[in-house]
Amino acid sequence: MNHEEALKEWDLTIEPQNSLFKLNLKDVWRYRDLLGLLVKRDFTSFYKQTILGPLWFFIQPLFTTITFVFVFGNLAGLSTDGLPQPLFYMTGVVMWNYFSECLTKTSTVFKDNANIFGKVYFPRLIMPLSVVTSNLVKLGVQFVMLTLLFAYFILTQNYTPQLSYFSLLIPIYLILMAAFGLGLGMIISALTTKYRDLSFLVTFGVQLFMYATPVIYPLSAAPEKYKYLISLNPMTPIIEGVRFALLGKGDFSFSALLYTTIVTILILLVGTITFNKVEKSFVDTV
Amino acid sequence: MATSIKVENLSKIYRLGEIGTGTISRDFERWFARIRGKEDPFLKIGQTNDRSKKGESDIVYSLQDINFEIEEGDAVGIIGRNGAGKSTLLKILSRVTSPTTGKINIKGRVASLLEVGTGFHPELTGRENIFLNGAILGMRKKEIQRKLDEIIDFSGVERYIDTPVKRYSSGMYVRLAFAVAAHLESEILIVDEVLAVGDAEFQKKCLGKMGEVSKGEGRTVLFVSHNMLAVKSLCAKGILLKDGKVLLNSNIDDVIQNYSLHNPLKSNVEIYEETGEYIINKIKITDNGVNGCFNIEEDLIFEIEIKFKRCLPMVNVNLFFNTTDGSTIFASCSKAEEVKFGLYKYYCTIPSSTLNDNIYSIDLMVVENSEKVTSHIKDIITIEGVEAKRTGSWLGKFPGLIRPTNYKWTNKLVS
Repeated sequence: MNHEEALKEWDLTIEPQNSLFKLNLKDVWRYRDLLGLLVKRDFTSFYKQTILGPLWFFIQPLFTTITFVFVFGNLAGLSTDGLPQPLFYMTGVVMWNYFSECLTKTSTVFKDNANIFGKVYFPRLIMPLSVVTSNLVKLGVQFVMLTLLFAYFILTQNYTPQLSYFSLLIPIYLILMAAFGLGLGMIISALTTKYRDLSFLVTFGVQLFMYATPVIYPLSAAPEKYKYLISLNPMTPIIEGVRFALLGKGDFSFSALLYTTIVTILILLVGTITFNKVEKSFVDTV
Repeated sequence: MATSIKVENLSKIYRLGEIGTGTISRDFERWFARIRGKEDPFLKIGQTNDRSKKGESDIVYSLQDINFEIEEGDAVGIIGRNGAGKSTLLKILSRVTSPTTGKINIKGRVASLLEVGTGFHPELTGRENIFLNGAILGMRKKEIQRKLDEIIDFSGVERYIDTPVKRYSSGMYVRLAFAVAAHLESEILIVDEVLAVGDAEFQKKCLGKMGEVSKGEGRTVLFVSHNMLAVKSLCAKGILLKDGKVLLNSNIDDVIQNYSLHNPLKSNVEIYEETGEYIINKIKITDNGVNGCFNIEEDLIFEIEIKFKRCLPMVNVNLFFNTTDGSTIFASCSKAEEVKFGLYKYYCTIPSSTLNDNIYSIDLMVVENSEKVTSHIKDIITIEGVEAKRTGSWLGKFPGLIRPTNYKWTNKLVS
């Protein structure tokens, strides 16, 4: 038997370190049923033994919106680009929540699943992917609530919906947000296995990050000298774009979208690679 | 026969002590060495993993240059004392962690059972958990669906299958979990000490299932257990690990015998087991033999030294007498009574003509309030009975795990 034949004979080779770019995506695909079951687990376990059950998906964004309308809209009097305040804030809140949940949950994925990861092998990438998917379903549910709010404004406040061809871009924004949260979360999760400090940073970092993103204010209302900085934030074109797609007002340009896309792909790539590198030995350090 | 698993020069190092201080600088050193193409500076100072000795370096080899091959269809028992590297080996084989150096080639699908019920969610029902756990272990949904009835049937918890598993008794939980694992389809099955849980009937069922897997279906099985009887009944071959190295790779009988030989015999063991309430200092045999050998025709007296840090209302000390293959023959316990602050010596006298000329491995257990086990030190001392003289002409081995020779026999002529 020559050397090549001998190599083919094995189904699996375990070595200290795989090459950085060997991502085992085929393995991830083989475990796709697990992804589905994990998402299902997240949902069924979420509202078991609660009275309000799935209603909890609505309560959090609803109350955040009410608070924002009161604090930022009425007390601080921040501009909403002439849009109805509840619509403006709820769009921002629902979108931002999706991103922040993806980021924070992904960033603790090693810590949260240490006992499973320590006992059984499956492609670790499944876990962050399940986080993103669960939250996507949750976002879908919250979208229903947003639609109801729109219906309310159309029926009682004579609001005319501003949908256009740009509304078709919404799925792309969602993918970008998911990918950005996932990528950033994976980078942080990989680092937190060794340096726990980062996990503290994430929880309040995300809150601060929200203020650097036009969630509670439109980009157009930002002071000139900070506008440029805020535009550098990859989340800015996404939130502004979604607002433009849904409410017809927002700062949209294809160059900004392209910028965000490139940054997101880069972050996702770096995230996947670091995650992959860490997953092999994290059990020993966590 | 074809090779199923081939392990070459496998090593795994662990860093001892606190992780967190100085790691960035150390990581940097490593990285710097690597980009210069030099050897990892921390690999050189590695030492063998001997817990009892204090090492100079905080890096130890959990496994060091392991080489072996396992053939298709073999059932192999992996044996070794605590800390010999058994679990690390299984972890690497199951891809939970990666080796530091070396390479493993595997042919066929691997299903590993380092724990039963990994990923069980307490809020989900038994049925939902079968699917989740099955998928975590690598089964496809269709596969689980096909085997669902079989799994439920094997687990014997049919009545509770739609109840959240948090309402299960621990026995039911384990049954269900093992049932899922037992129905995995794979060419190689790796099992770590899962039989330590569950009742005797269930253990028998597990062993039966595993025997079926290895003998009936011809799959390769790797099995780690401290229960030598289980290993012996299941495996034909064995690998003996000691301090991270392969000591012996042979048939199971040789390996078990060799394992017993490597239990160092001692009459006097200094220990240091500290809890919040007391410190166990030593255990020794007084006035009977040397180096762990005792005369079975004389009383055997154990002396156990425990220093209590404060007054405790109810404490008793237990000694378990085990065979070398790990099953307990009997246990003896002191009366549960109050202890005061200070150093205590406990004496346990095993009368002559009780033990046989075997090797006994003894566990020490301290129980508070007759219910809370605060220490259980396994294999604390290993001793061997010696028969000094025998009357009569027969010189063969006297059968039995114990040898109570003073039981009363009488006879009379009846017709």
